[in-house]
Amino acid sequence: MRKVLALLLVLAVGAGFCAVLAKIPFGTDKVDVANHYMRKGVEETGAGNIVTSVVVTYRGFDTLGEVTILFIVAIGLGAVLFVEKRPAGEQKEEASLIVRTGSKVLFLPIILLGVYIFVHGHLTPGGGFQGGAVMASGFLLLYLAWPRHRAGRRTFSAVESLAGVAFVAIGLLGVACGVGFLGNFLPLGTRYALLSAGVIPIIYVAIGLKVGAELAGVVANLMERE
Amino acid sequence: MDVLARYMYYVGGAGLILIGLYMVLAKTNLIKIILGLSFLDTGTHVLLVAVGYVRGRTAPIFSEGVPEATPVVDPVPQALVLTAIVIGIGVIALALGLAVRVYRHYGTLDVRQIKGLKW
Repeated sequence: MRKVLALLLVLAVGAGFCAVLAKIPFGTDKVDVANHYMRKGVEETGAGNIVTSVVVTYRGFDTLGEVTILFIVAIGLGAVLFVEKRPAGEQKEEASLIVRTGSKVLFLPIILLGVYIFVHGHLTPGGGFQGGAVMASGFLLLYLAWPRHRAGRRTFSAVESLAGVAFVAIGLLGVACGVGFLGNFLPLGTRYALLSAGVIPIIYVAIGLKVGAELAGVVANLMERE
Repeated sequence: MDVLARYMYYVGGAGLILIGLYMVLAKTNLIKIILGLSFLDTGTHVLLVAVGYVRGRTAPIFSEGVPEATPVVDPVPQALVLTAIVIGIGVIALALGLAVRVYRHYGTLDVRQIKGLKW
């Protein structure tokens, strides 16, 4: 009965999709908003990656909200999974020699790749969120290799808080300099150089550190309870 | 067949959304329901990026080798999907945390055996 009802609802939604998507031709130019970003984006923000300039500059406030949601998730997960007393004699098996050695070799290159991705967020594909996720995967490897250790929790929350404060502080500095919240108050610099595009690289470094620390904290929370 | 080939990405995205919706509605194991949420998420991302695609254009990233007059695809849906992926991770992580909590409290992940979660 339940499955039939579910199937009927799915079919109804599917019919809705067909009706709507039939009106949207695939692969044609549809909107005008994007044209401004595409033609003027590099000139206005100095970032070669237009997706980055949309995320950090044109929709920077939205990104601040998104980072806040991630923060709430990290806190909520900590609260939901909190146990006052862990059962005594809880044994966790150590990983095999291959995993432990491999994680030692791979950890630093993974962190380096993550840092590379978010530092070059305004020039190449990638950015703060992607780089942060890559960094968190390095910490996931460490937790898999040494399940008994639970180092770094305090550091994660400290890095996360500092990066979040830095993000908001840069936004407020924009207000103080008269260009609006999260506006660009630095020179744009040479186009396509690493140190260019004003505040975008600084904001993306803050986002990268924050996302990395938050996701690593989420991983730590999920791994610790059995 | 021709229509299917032309609208392949729409069909794929909408199909993933429908599969996810069915999993969320019909499955009884909490982990499978959360997997359904993940399918819903992924389908939305595919659909959004497909709507923003413009045939014959390249990625919206300019560099010294790619001058600014190069025709590129719509960057706005891509930025939206970037946001949506992160929110999706948050939703899945929190849902899994709640599932852990439910399992610890009730000793089962089957929604039929949990009072208050029936429908």
